[in-house]
Amino acid sequence: MATRRQFIRISAMGAGAVMAGAAGLRLLASEITDGRKASYVALTGRTPTYCEVCFWKCAGWVYKDEKGSIKKIIGNSEDQNCNGRFCPRGTGGVGMYHDEDRLKTPLIRTEERGKQSFREASWEEAFDYIAEKIKVISAEHGPECIALFTHGSGGKYFSTLLKAMGSPHIAAPSYAQCRGPREVAFQATFGETIESPERTDIRDTRCLVLIGSHLGENMHNGQVQEMSDAIDKGASIITVDPRFSTVAGKSKFWLPIKPATDLALLLAWINVIINEELYDKAYVEKYTYGFEYLKAHVKNMTPEWAYGITTIDPTMIRETAREMANAAPAVIVHPGRHVTWYGDDTQRLRAVAILNALLGSWGRRGGFYRPESFELPEPVHPPYPTPKRSWRTEFPDLYKMADTVLANGLCDATIPDPSRHCQFQGWIVNGTNLIETLPNQENTLKAIQALQLLVVIDTMPMEITGWADVVLPECTYLERFDDIRVGPHRRPQIALRAPAAEPMYDTRPAFWMARELAKRLDLIDYFPFEKLEDQLDWQLKQVGSSLEEMMRIGVKTFDRSYDDLYFAPDEDVEFYTPTGKIELYSTSLEEAGYDPLPKYTAHEEPPPGFYRLNYGRAPMHTFSRTSNNPNLTDLMDENSVWVNPRVAKEWGLSTGQYIHLVNQDGKRSEFPIKVRVTERIRWDSVYMVHGFGHDDKRLRRCYGKGASDTNLITKVHVDPVMGGTGMRGNFVTFVTDLSGEEVMS
Amino acid sequence: MNEELIISGRENLMVDPHLHIWHWPIPLYLFLGGLAAGVLFFAALYYLMGKENEYRSAVRRVPFIAPIALVIGLAALFYDLRHKAFFWQLYTTIRLESPMSWGAWTLLVITTASFIWCALHIREFFPNWDWKYNWLKELEVFFNKYKKHLAWVILIFAIITGVYTGILLSAFNARPLWNTSVLGPLFLASGLSAGAAAIVLASKNREERLLFTKIDLIILGVELFLIVHMFMGFLASTQVQIEAAGLFLGGEYTMVFWIFVVIIGIIIPGVLDLMELRGRHIPAVIPGVLVLFGSLMFRFVFVFAGQVSRWLY
Amino acid sequence: MRYAMAIDTKKCVGCSDCVVACQTENNVPIGYCRDWVVEVMDGTYPQLEVELRSERCNHCENAPCVRCCPTGASHIVDGGIVLVTPNKCIGCGACIASCPYDARYPHPKGYVDKCTFCIHRVNQGMKPACVSVCPTKCMYFGDLDDPNSEVSIVLKKRKSKTLIPEAGTKPHLYFLI
Ligand SMILES: Nc1nc2c(c(=O)[nH]1)N[C@H]1C(S)=C(S)[C@@H](COP(=O)(O)OP(=O)(O)OC[C@H]3O[C@@H](n4cnc5c(=O)[nH]c(N)nc54)[C@H](O)[C@@H]3O)O[C@H]1N2
Ligand SMILES: Nc1nc2c(c(=O)[nH]1)N[C@H]1C(S)=C(S)[C@@H](COP(=O)(O)OP(=O)(O)OC[C@H]3O[C@@H](n4cnc5c(=O)[nH]c(N)nc54)[C@H](O)[C@@H]3O)O[C@H]1N2
Ligand code: SF4
Ligand code: SF4
Ligand code: SF4
Ligand code: SF4
Ligand code: SF4
Ligand SMILES: [Mo]
Repeated sequence: MATRRQFIRISAMGAGAVMAGAAGLRLLASEITDGRKASYVALTGRTPTYCEVCFWKCAGWVYKDEKGSIKKIIGNSEDQNCNGRFCPRGTGGVGMYHDEDRLKTPLIRTEERGKQSFREASWEEAFDYIAEKIKVISAEHGPECIALFTHGSGGKYFSTLLKAMGSPHIAAPSYAQCRGPREVAFQATFGETIESPERTDIRDTRCLVLIGSHLGENMHNGQVQEMSDAIDKGASIITVDPRFSTVAGKSKFWLPIKPATDLALLLAWINVIINEELYDKAYVEKYTYGFEYLKAHVKNMTPEWAYGITTIDPTMIRETAREMANAAPAVIVHPGRHVTWYGDDTQRLRAVAILNALLGSWGRRGGFYRPESFELPEPVHPPYPTPKRSWRTEFPDLYKMADTVLANGLCDATIPDPSRHCQFQGWIVNGTNLIETLPNQENTLKAIQALQLLVVIDTMPMEITGWADVVLPECTYLERFDDIRVGPHRRPQIALRAPAAEPMYDTRPAFWMARELAKRLDLIDYFPFEKLEDQLDWQLKQVGSSLEEMMRIGVKTFDRSYDDLYFAPDEDVEFYTPTGKIELYSTSLEEAGYDPLPKYTAHEEPPPGFYRLNYGRAPMHTFSRTSNNPNLTDLMDENSVWVNPRVAKEWGLSTGQYIHLVNQDGKRSEFPIKVRVTERIRWDSVYMVHGFGHDDKRLRRCYGKGASDTNLITKVHVDPVMGGTGMRGNFVTFVTDLSGEEVMS
Repeated sequence: MNEELIISGRENLMVDPHLHIWHWPIPLYLFLGGLAAGVLFFAALYYLMGKENEYRSAVRRVPFIAPIALVIGLAALFYDLRHKAFFWQLYTTIRLESPMSWGAWTLLVITTASFIWCALHIREFFPNWDWKYNWLKELEVFFNKYKKHLAWVILIFAIITGVYTGILLSAFNARPLWNTSVLGPLFLASGLSAGAAAIVLASKNREERLLFTKIDLIILGVELFLIVHMFMGFLASTQVQIEAAGLFLGGEYTMVFWIFVVIIGIIIPGVLDLMELRGRHIPAVIPGVLVLFGSLMFRFVFVFAGQVSRWLY
Repeated sequence: MRYAMAIDTKKCVGCSDCVVACQTENNVPIGYCRDWVVEVMDGTYPQLEVELRSERCNHCENAPCVRCCPTGASHIVDGGIVLVTPNKCIGCGACIASCPYDARYPHPKGYVDKCTFCIHRVNQGMKPACVSVCPTKCMYFGDLDDPNSEVSIVLKKRKSKTLIPEAGTKPHLYFLI
């Protein structure tokens, strides 16, 4: 039987062979093409799309009203990511299109960076400007000194451009600011990553353990839906969160843990499960490596030991461990998603992975299933040049497990420093608001100030655009084609995004921008199709579908190619780890010089009068990208700071009052924030929703509304294993005197 | 700690954070309606009692306020409608369950009747008035012939109008502060006292003034009694009504209610009336104006506070 | 036929998708809403309880808004759905004042607007927009007179309550508790 890894390799080769003929389709255009008009099948009542309001990428249908204006977006019922139901942000996605504050034309900066003075430019001018600068940087410093930061669909085309230029430096904040640690931890343990959408089999689970994963506020659609199904079927939920999250209110057990101590709880759970012999013996025996080391390692990590650290009652720890074991293997100790908290995150996630392995949930119904993606052939183009330098050389002996480029790494390596070899000179930033996304804003700005070129591709005048030399306005996802969505799920599935309307204003899709730039850099060979829709049609035809078919159905599901969702009884499974086993004891971490078994280390605590700055999601917003969305600001137009009544009393704070927050380094929130006095937060922390406190005045609806957590995250605890930026080790205090200040409410 | 929040950011115009659908036109309308009702009530009453000549002001002169008040009141009401072009829909149906509906019809009747009444007495102000057209002259003759019937119509509809101004609010079960059966009589009383005060203000006849001062005093007493009664009713009722009454008992409307409505609008004019009746000479303007002011404030306070009061759930 | 809706407070996460979906489906202008979400929290950390409710017009069997409407613009149609006919409404606001649930609002065009139970969809055999979008599938809709409707079934199976029953309005919006 072919292993999974071999299978993937074979199918990729097969696709390559098929595409060879496509080179004939290559077009060599020299003049600027019109990127606005897409030649797509005449639109009937509805247009297929997949959502870009977050990265769950739900597939749906866009409907228009009698006047032809975009009216509503409804989930596609064939889609596994959404099952016909969008989340509030996806439903409110129409607001992205209708937002009158959108970027409307290309802009070129006229004064020094950050001054926000731009002039409108033509696309030709903008492209010429960028191409010129890129040529200069490539000549003087090498193409490797140009970096791409991207989050979102258009990144694909700029990645192609960068690779064609010879730069490997492509980073997404969804790694080192988000799920990197969990991917590294699960890779080290199971030889596979979790990916997105997560391979958690929540709908069939009997016990869901959420460690700081606030599903329901974190509105990743499929997971929320499946959690609801699980509740219906009587599954128990165990929530570990210092805050009474929405899901804590739906849990059988809520463990109000002291922040930053989760690893101790996890180790104690492992201790109980081993000591009480609650683990899946056959599974552990057959599939895992290093059980004895683990057993010895956690010997003293009893619930009583953890109690002193976490403040969680030992009986509660035992009871919840038994609850998990009772449900096993239909149990999920959820790996979370935004897991860059305290700098030891990879190790915390290793403990999560180990716990799952002991319970035998990996590869089991109600645990973690084996997902499958669909493979689409890529258009043929010349091979990419081999880069001569890598960001890694800038960080000797650091982040050795990072399997992708770190956004914060690129940022650090941009700041002038004599010890660096490759100081980055040019950034292309697509769909990521780095100012609000990377912690330690001062650092980000320092890097930006050192650049020769900063190009930002965005739909909105977000903070990052204010620092750009050239701003390229992208049309929204409702006005463009993008690559076919192929992401993993229970069954391989593809989804099409087609434009429901022509781009408003002078905006264009990323594909067209990247290709126009490629023309000017003599790299057009890497973009063999003039129009993306022709490329999609070609790709789809290679796999027995077509653009025409996908316009009709939006989503197409395929059969799984070879294996089952779960391990068969007694199946011999080869894990892609050095030992071929599930590594309870990680040989890869050991080899790289990191702890092979997770160790608890204490984290700094708030000084007197300070409170830990905790942050998270609100179900109706996605980071900062929705904060100006008319439909969604209607639901929530500013964030508030949650304060425990005990603390409020001490400080004389009352609900509705505006205050400033000041952090341990004296950094003051740029805008005041409203207090919400609530029992839902501990007395040692405060909580706020990320994504507010915008300071770009062009965002008329959200300018100055609420405060930005990023503003207050000046201390970053970088994970030595993979470079994740731990952001939860910041402490704030209150300033109540707002005299002379204008509150935007 | 208990926390209750609307987390979807609801901010419906004129509904959130609490109801404020009715602004100044409504209390003004209620006041003017009550005043007109009071004035017309006394006019019709004393006419029917055959006292037309003793109480000439009350029967023949002061009623001229009524059509003016009613027209201004209706204009205010119309101004407050938000779908004005469909105003006529009011008169395509009679819906007895809706105070607003029968109120609209009542006002139609009483406004018409008040115009006719004034027309019959137009020579009080314009002794040489001539109706120019024959058909108008014939109408005058006709109504003079049936003046008694007209007076009965006015009497009855004046009472209905007075009560209506109160019932309009008390029919709203949803607003605990309004939802009391005392409100109908209370508004009627307030309207009558405003009417009496208007007569006192306008009358040049001492006897007439004294009579209406007496009537005014009695009605003010009744009003005070009804107010006490109302609060006792609230406080003996459900939590929502206790909370509603709280708006006047320490809540945000306490000051305006007790100072403007009760003290300035009822007690002080009452005492002044009493002094007048005891023979101390008080300029009639003072209690009269205070009563009218109190009556107006009463409507304002009740309409606004009522919109703040709500069910708890 | 008596249409009703039941909302499972145990599954609702308060995401407000029901509110956005209603807005886009029914052209509810930005700044207004026909439905909304309430969070009620009780207790002291860490002994806490929370209830989440998606609320809207209750389509009361004994509807004060219909009774007080002077023109008949507010009326009840087959299935017990309470509706407003815009061209009969004078915008007097009486119905708004009469609703104990504050479920109505003045539409900027002048007439009064509120939840219609998406009658335009229901008549075509679809579910109301809010029900069909809810990611937690915590909303149930159907005919109380049909024992096999999803709302009848869930109301039989689960404990439920209505809001302000003491107001005597006989609501058709149930909350599973
Ligand atoms: N302080 C703090 N920092 C965080 C987090 C946090 O919770 N707190 N969360 C972290 C996590 S988990 C993540 S994944 C990252 C997310 O970080 P980002 O992906 O940077 O998130 P956003 O702030 O939403 O920025 C998205 C940008 O894309 C733009 N955009 C939206 N649609 C389009 C489009 O179609 N085309 C183009 N070209 N641009 C578009 C938006 O206008 C916006 O400027 O942030 C991380 N950083
Ligand atoms: N609505 C909405 N949904 C989203 C997003 C969005 O922007 N909006 N973004 C998506 C993305 S990219 C991501 S990465 C995910 C992130 O979503 P998750 O991975 O679920 O959440 P986090 O942001 O890591 O965690 C927030 C929770 O962690 C708790 N917490 C804080 N400190 C601690 C601690 O020390 N221990 C424990 N146990 N808990 C703690 C907080 O109280 C809060 O409840 O959400 C996704 N879903
Ligand atoms: S989860 Fe919501 S925002 Fe994210 S893709 Fe799906 S519908 Fe869009
Ligand atoms: S959409 Fe569903 S889960 Fe979300 S708030 Fe509405 S009822 Fe609750
Ligand atoms: S909830 Fe309000 S608007 Fe709806 S029927 Fe009942 S009283 Fe009328
Ligand atoms: S506002 Fe319209 S629907 Fe409401 S009571 Fe008045 S006329 Fe009837
Ligand atoms: S039933 Fe229809 S009109 Fe009523 S709240 Fe739901 S979506 Fe809105
Ligand atoms: Mo993320």
